[in-house]
Amino acid sequence: MCLVNKLSNSEAQESEEMLSGGEMLVRALQAEGVEYIFGYPGGAVLHIYDALFKQNTIKHFLVRHEQAATHMADGYARATGRTGVVLVTSGPGATNAITGIATAYMDSIPMVVISGQVQSHLIGTDSFQETDMVGISRPIVKHSYLVKQASDIPKTIKKAFYLAGSGRPGPVVVDIPKDITNPADLHPYVYPEAAVIRSYNPAQRGHSGQIKKAVSLLLGAERPMIYSGGGVIQGEGSTLLTSLVRVLGYPVTSTLMGLGAFPATDKQFLGMLGMHGTLEANNAMHHCDVLLAVGARFDDRVTNTIAKFCPYATIIHIDVDPTSISKNVAVDVPIVGPVDSVLTEMLSLVNAEAKAGAQQNDKPLSDWWARIEGWRGENCLSYESDSTIIKPQQAVEAVYQVTNGDAFVTSDVGQHQMFAALYYPFDKPRQWINSGGLGTMGFGLPSAMGVKVAFPDSEVICITGEGSIQMNIQELSTCSQYQLPVKIINLNNRSLGMVKQWQDMQYEGRHSHSYMDSLPDFKRLAEAYGHVGIEISGPDALFEGLKEAFSYKDRLVFVDIEVDPSEHVYPMHVAPNGSMRDMWLKKGVRT
Amino acid sequence: MRRIISILLENEAGALSRVVGLFAQRNYNIETLTVAPTEDTSLSRLTLTTSASDVEVEQITKQLNKLIEVVKLADLTDGDHVERELMLLKVKASGAQRAEVKRVADIFRGQIVDVTASTYAIQLSGTTEKLDAFIGALSESAILEVVRTGVTGLSRGEKVLAL
Repeated sequence: MCLVNKLSNSEAQESEEMLSGGEMLVRALQAEGVEYIFGYPGGAVLHIYDALFKQNTIKHFLVRHEQAATHMADGYARATGRTGVVLVTSGPGATNAITGIATAYMDSIPMVVISGQVQSHLIGTDSFQETDMVGISRPIVKHSYLVKQASDIPKTIKKAFYLAGSGRPGPVVVDIPKDITNPADLHPYVYPEAAVIRSYNPAQRGHSGQIKKAVSLLLGAERPMIYSGGGVIQGEGSTLLTSLVRVLGYPVTSTLMGLGAFPATDKQFLGMLGMHGTLEANNAMHHCDVLLAVGARFDDRVTNTIAKFCPYATIIHIDVDPTSISKNVAVDVPIVGPVDSVLTEMLSLVNAEAKAGAQQNDKPLSDWWARIEGWRGENCLSYESDSTIIKPQQAVEAVYQVTNGDAFVTSDVGQHQMFAALYYPFDKPRQWINSGGLGTMGFGLPSAMGVKVAFPDSEVICITGEGSIQMNIQELSTCSQYQLPVKIINLNNRSLGMVKQWQDMQYEGRHSHSYMDSLPDFKRLAEAYGHVGIEISGPDALFEGLKEAFSYKDRLVFVDIEVDPSEHVYPMHVAPNGSMRDMWLKKGVRT
Repeated sequence: MRRIISILLENEAGALSRVVGLFAQRNYNIETLTVAPTEDTSLSRLTLTTSASDVEVEQITKQLNKLIEVVKLADLTDGDHVERELMLLKVKASGAQRAEVKRVADIFRGQIVDVTASTYAIQLSGTTEKLDAFIGALSESAILEVVRTGVTGLSRGEKVLAL
């Protein structure tokens, strides 16, 4: 009755198995060790869903919108380092997945997206639910395949997983026409042991000469700075980076994507850098004489005006992707290679040199630290609390305290995202999960769900706003179905806070369409989906309200917190034409 | 500066669209593009010309190399190279003009490949500058149609772009 299960024992593999395309796909996913698929069925993938039905090693999560499937897979991938898998149907199923694929692409997240396609003979005829998925997704994937025949399924899946997870990771789309998965057509199934792609050879290690040069520059630095990005987390370089930073005794900052790679509560950590970075991190960047960039890509949200970026620095850049090097900022010592391998080599050189007493920069280094401590002493993240209304910063700090700083935190996009990044210090890699590159509102809840799937016993929080949460709020239903007890912290300021902040600062306070009228009663909405809703209003209620929320271990709790709608995120880069050190520190106060 | 980038590309459906899409997506420009399968049927050879600064060209070649279907790539303008473009023109050729067109075509080593009572079709190959010069030498009103293949080329000497 059940072909997939019958053939899944190892004895059957000795003879040539005959499977349908749909069964081959499922078997290939099993061979890749896939535990979870996030998806939504439809006409073009019915054969695949039927093959899924007949097995029980892969668990499928039915979302309420395909975008959420991609974000769930993405959250799962970011939290675990494994490749997230998405299954959607053709046409609208595929196009709904696009935002989530682009989100994963921008942040280099390993993901395989399997999309159904109309039958081969209908391709190009504008048939029902047809869309050119390979074409539409082309600029936002690492690679994509349109499978032409069933016998190509195993090797295509093998290649897709290899590409998605190796080098600089990214999403890979596999578009499969319905006829290819027809259960009536059986084909011999053999799963390849390795993917052979002659034109794809990601760097395995960095250039030793360059690494030596970098180490000698670092050891001779008087005002060194280390700038760590998401690549350190993706490339499993966190422990190595932490060791290197500690051995050197140098200051380190992190991009939004790299938070947690180095413990944020460590004295050597200067906080996040960039548009909403700390005074000390941005100043140290601006004044440093040697900059080591690791797994970071000099994004415009980091550099401010490129021409004024790090004017005194010799720049070393480690990245696995050669296109990241000297793309935005010309670097002096490029090192193309995986961060773990390069950092390992660097660390052993630094250790050897340190033993030999080569590091002679004690005096300038202590002067440098004194300057940094001066900047740090300005306490740029301080804010004025109020006795009647909760400040969003205060809410995030309270969440930090109630969770002992130990939760997985996902976010959406906007002010709440920056408040979370700045006021919830992350000590561990993969603990902070957000859409940094694409800036996708609606990412927070489904990505939190993906994290919860991977770590059911860990506290998983989505810090969001009333704008973002409504972009994928339908997923509260999915959470009910699969008992995914994430905690939603809604910093409700009844406006699109970041848009409003820019309108305050650059458009003389003309709040063009940045308010949220007719908000739902979030507490009752959560309850309608079978969850717990809690409203918190006023600073006195904050701590107790949060404690209550986190006391529900097995329930999703939607915490709707009324926060000060007039609050801005500071510091903030002065733009246009500002350097990294040009910042607004408070309303009307700049450096 | 004008660059000639020569690419060995997997001869697969959709590969060309990735190359062309990359240029559109990243705001690079393609001036000419020519592509055909090679003696190895699994590979196509693609030649394109683009105008870009050294920094931009470095980024363009890195981005091209990052495409999975790009097997190998060379910037021919980095070294000595041979480049050719093929052009076919249909020109008015009647009365006194007829002999004049023939004479100009001969000077440029063009060949007349089709003849009617009032037109010539002329085939001409050479560098882009030579083809431009030929068009310049003909009177504008004489030209009925121009079709050019775009530049293709090879490195001089021992250097080859092959697997």
